[in-house]
Amino acid sequence: MEPPAGFVECDESIERLYAYLDGELTEERRVEITRHLDLCGPCVRAYGFESELRKVIASRCKDRVPESLVSRVAAALAAEQAHGKG
Amino acid sequence: MADQALFADLAMEYMPALYTAALRMTRNAADAEDLVQETYLRAYRGFNTFELGTNLKAWLYRILTNTYINSYRAKKRRPEVTDVEDVEDLYLYRHLAGDGAGTQGRSAEDEALERFTDTDVKEAIESLPENFRIAVLLADVEGFSYKEIAEITGVPIGTVMSRIHRGRKALQKALLDRGRTLGLVGADEGR
Repeated sequence: MEPPAGFVECDESIERLYAYLDGELTEERRVEITRHLDLCGPCVRAYGFESELRKVIASRCKDRVPESLVSRVAAALAAEQAHGKG
Repeated sequence: MADQALFADLAMEYMPALYTAALRMTRNAADAEDLVQETYLRAYRGFNTFELGTNLKAWLYRILTNTYINSYRAKKRRPEVTDVEDVEDLYLYRHLAGDGAGTQGRSAEDEALERFTDTDVKEAIESLPENFRIAVLLADVEGFSYKEIAEITGVPIGTVMSRIHRGRKALQKALLDRGRTLGLVGADEGR
């Protein structure tokens, strides 16, 4: 049986966790989840962690571009441009 | 139609991001550099088909991903993981969360998360099967929307969502396994 409109259980909120954090829910669904989070400490903590995990992954996954690669690409593009139609 | 003379000005700023993605895809620095160069050349040549004002970053990533699939995927310099055990939602959270608070007002699980290094995260991503790896890379490292990822990879949105969901869980398992092996996290700190 469908819960009353706007009332979401923890299971359902966890199911929608990724879509919520990714900003991919409809407005109606997002409001439902926000309401659930307003009332549910355990879910808030879980959401908080997943959100933090996302930030950690993005920030740890950076690489310094070798200067040689920058020069190589710039040179290759310049060569293409020189040989291109005038 | 975009003018090729503008290309370098507009596109070069994306090189760090493209290089990072290339490294995670090819898992080899020399191949990653070649892939980035080839991507820029193809992008330059095709730039007159690009509509100025539309999403240049997604357009460049599409070229990068297609070039990777067509030219580099076959190289397989490292053994390819094809299957991963499916784990439950909130896998990492459940295994890291302790019963009390961590120190200095932070939660135990946030503190545990801080111990993972750049190498830990990169290697965990690189250990994923390719479809998951690319989906997680585009969603979590680059921040593309599901729709953009569908356009970049040429697969339906439903497939994108599934790969992201399963890929994230697989990444969490890879991180936890690595964390345990390296002694960053206890045998089971969670409930």
